[in-house]
Amino acid sequence: MELCYYPGCTLKTTAKNFEMPAIASMKKLGHKIIELPRWNCCGTVHSLATDDLMHQLAPVRNFIRVLETGTDKVVTLCAMCYNTLKQTNRIILEDAEKRDRINNFLDEEKDYNGNVTVLHLLEFLRDEIGFSKIKEKVNRPLKGLKLSPYYGCLLLRPEGIGLDDIEAPRIMEDFIEALGGEVIESPFKIECCGSYHTVNDIDPVIERTKMIIDDSNTRGADAIVVGCPLCFFNLDYRQKDVKNRYNEFNFKPIFYFTQLLAIALILDEDLCEFGEHFVDPRPLLNKRKLLGGQNKE
Amino acid sequence: MKRIGVFVCHCGLNIADTVDIKKVVEDIGKHPNVAHVVDYTYMCSDPGQEMIKSAIVEKKLDGVIVAACTPTLHETTFRNAISSVGLNKYQFENANIREQCSWVHKDNKIATEKAIEIIKSIIEKLKLNQSLSAINIPVTRKALVIGGGISGMQAALDIANSGYEVVLVEKTSSIGGRMSQLSETFPTLDCASCILTPKTVEVGHHPNIKLLTYSEVEGVEGYLGNFKVKIRKKPAYVDWDKCTGCGICSEKCPTKISSEFERDMGTRKAIYIPFPQAVPKKPVIDSNHCIYFKTGKCKLCEKNCPIGAIDYDQKETTIEEEIGVILVATGFDLLPKESIGEYGYGKYQDVIDGLQFERLLSASGPTAGKIKRPSDGKIPKDIVFVQCVGSRDPEHGMPYCSKICCMYTAKHALLYKHAVHDGQAYVFYIDIRSGGKGYEEFVQKAVEDEKIIYLRGKVSRIFKDVGDDGKLIVWGVDTLTGKKIEIAADMVVLAMAAVPNKDTKELAKKLKISTDTYGFINEAHPKLRPVETLTAGIFLMGCAQAPKDIPETVAQASGAAARALTILSKSELEIDPLIAAVDEDICTGCGICLEVCAYNARKLHEIKKIAEVNEALCVGCGSCISACPSNASIHKNYTKEQILRMIEEVT
Repeated sequence: MELCYYPGCTLKTTAKNFEMPAIASMKKLGHKIIELPRWNCCGTVHSLATDDLMHQLAPVRNFIRVLETGTDKVVTLCAMCYNTLKQTNRIILEDAEKRDRINNFLDEEKDYNGNVTVLHLLEFLRDEIGFSKIKEKVNRPLKGLKLSPYYGCLLLRPEGIGLDDIEAPRIMEDFIEALGGEVIESPFKIECCGSYHTVNDIDPVIERTKMIIDDSNTRGADAIVVGCPLCFFNLDYRQKDVKNRYNEFNFKPIFYFTQLLAIALILDEDLCEFGEHFVDPRPLLNKRKLLGGQNKE
Repeated sequence: MKRIGVFVCHCGLNIADTVDIKKVVEDIGKHPNVAHVVDYTYMCSDPGQEMIKSAIVEKKLDGVIVAACTPTLHETTFRNAISSVGLNKYQFENANIREQCSWVHKDNKIATEKAIEIIKSIIEKLKLNQSLSAINIPVTRKALVIGGGISGMQAALDIANSGYEVVLVEKTSSIGGRMSQLSETFPTLDCASCILTPKTVEVGHHPNIKLLTYSEVEGVEGYLGNFKVKIRKKPAYVDWDKCTGCGICSEKCPTKISSEFERDMGTRKAIYIPFPQAVPKKPVIDSNHCIYFKTGKCKLCEKNCPIGAIDYDQKETTIEEEIGVILVATGFDLLPKESIGEYGYGKYQDVIDGLQFERLLSASGPTAGKIKRPSDGKIPKDIVFVQCVGSRDPEHGMPYCSKICCMYTAKHALLYKHAVHDGQAYVFYIDIRSGGKGYEEFVQKAVEDEKIIYLRGKVSRIFKDVGDDGKLIVWGVDTLTGKKIEIAADMVVLAMAAVPNKDTKELAKKLKISTDTYGFINEAHPKLRPVETLTAGIFLMGCAQAPKDIPETVAQASGAAARALTILSKSELEIDPLIAAVDEDICTGCGICLEVCAYNARKLHEIKKIAEVNEALCVGCGSCISACPSNASIHKNYTKEQILRMIEEVT
């Protein structure tokens, strides 16, 4: 089955280690990923932060591109893209006045009526493939790997946009269990990572990263799993700043969920670019005998 | 030709400020049918009414119009006034020049013209008004009370003590309701059972009260004064006439399950009496959990019953009662704590709701009044109370205030301190709403004397701490200091929103009464008719209407009983005759009016094969009149001709 995929900017720059294992894994699972032609910016934080309709144009253009490929479903990986696209789609569906204004403005394009379904890859894995099917296809279960899922905000909020229950999500837990890993529950999994404060005021980010990782240490997690490039950056790269401030701080590897899928399917580990991580997860994976022997297709 | 008198009211400045009364009087005076016109500051006052009465006599009027406010306010006043001097009530009409004219316009000229047109169109109607007489219907002088909580019992006792018969239906096996689950009551800390049992006992023994517990209302037919009610008596599998309530059956029963009465804080047997002071003190068998009903074996209760009262073959029975008035007191429940994700969706054993805490405090409760937390029986040393959980919170539950939680939380914290002297209680609140006699003093006593820490703010999350001591981490905020708060608590008590009992909606459908968005039963008027529903003869009280505390519930129940007695005290009721009628010469018996009637007031005459109106049920809504294809349905004093003439007058 072919799958229309919207990457977004981060996945092509700092989060290649999120995208590459996803594409390879989906291929292995029998789905060909087709990158959306002529995609543009998802609207990013601007489309969420203001109610200026201008900021909704970029997401709508992407939907029109999706329909041009002859499908009405688009899969995203980046949590921000997922959130902005889905929220814009909701505006188009529920607010006829705004829809008309946007369509009138985009007069060079076909009218858009909100009929594209936005899916996060995790949702696709859960709902269209099924975690039980994935469990069958796993050829190297993540045995002994204690993983603490971390959702952040954009995958879950606001109500009606997120991919699971806001307060007690299960999707990553179920995914980890399907891959054979051990889930370490954490109440901090829906806390904020500090988000864009990381750009101009890293103080709150340092504190939150420390809080989240310290808690995962107390609970005995080997690593934390994320589905958002910004959470990844704050939880992984900012550990450097945490260590500068708190000498007793212990580093913790951070995974994208797609990297774990690739490991469990024994794909080329180079796709995961573990070398780019601030905290290299390879020693951990080696310790659990989860590296090497990959199937270089 | 009709001699009509028109009386124009200033309503102080309400009308006179916008409408030029002098001009109205001048213009209307020229109308050929108007024999008398006069204005006055307050027509509804005694002198105003006297003016009308003497004009009727002196000017020989046979029709009266008062141009004033809406008929919902003073129609009855003026009808009574004109009938006191011998004019038929229905020769009175109200021209509404206040709500529909002076209040909604600013321009004096336009408003004056409109007032004149309104009055003229009402003259056209009145010209064709017929003299009607009230319809009398008989009343069955017996009340049905649905729900045996404190409000149902109070109303039943008030009516029974006035000398009328009452049927009290309660769906559980004993009466007492929520109040029987409470430990002590604010603000006086009386023991709830101690003040409740005299009432339950009185209800149980009252010669005028027929107590039907373990029963539910199955269906209701009829109308005010003449209801026919079907009541389903569930099988108890125990012959209550024989049973002495000795309790040996429960002692011997091998099946232990979670008790609804104890709110899952304790257990009961498969054959059980919910609590020691239950009235009637008779057991029922829970056939879903009874070993005999599941496997056909056991019968320990039967073997041990000294008088052979166990009857596994007992069947459900339905009884029918003729009833004059119905009083609904179906009470409340708490929003399930399972609905709040931030507080763990109910998965933490030591996060309990307010009623569960009542059971822990109760001397007859599962811990005999010792405050022990459910997970390990440890006495909590740090306890957090959270108010407004699901109340005042449209995101998670209800936008309304549940009204009782501020007070019972203060009570909980205080009773906790009385039991655990070295413990610390924290209360998170949004506002303290302690309006009521002695209430504010009670809360202040809790804060000052018992050193309970009140934190103004909400709790954002509760989760289990790492480690074996079973501590719960409570994250909140103190908005007065602006500080984030983290408390490692042994137990958390959530003051969950009060919601209507889950069967209320279904019952409301059977009774044809309306409920609001949340399922609370609607009153006929929030201020002036707070104990009546919009269906004549059906009254409401207690938490079925809205959350309220015990004093208010009891007061409302007595109010509802008093209103119900105004009907029961007469053998016949007068009904307004302004309802539908059938022109028998025209009606073809097509039956369309039967389908559109929402009040079941239409049926086909068996022999004549034409439509009939049940005058007691008809409310005069007019659906059948607009639906009738042959103009055979008429609304008395609102005929097609009258309405067309009224329209002609204003166009």
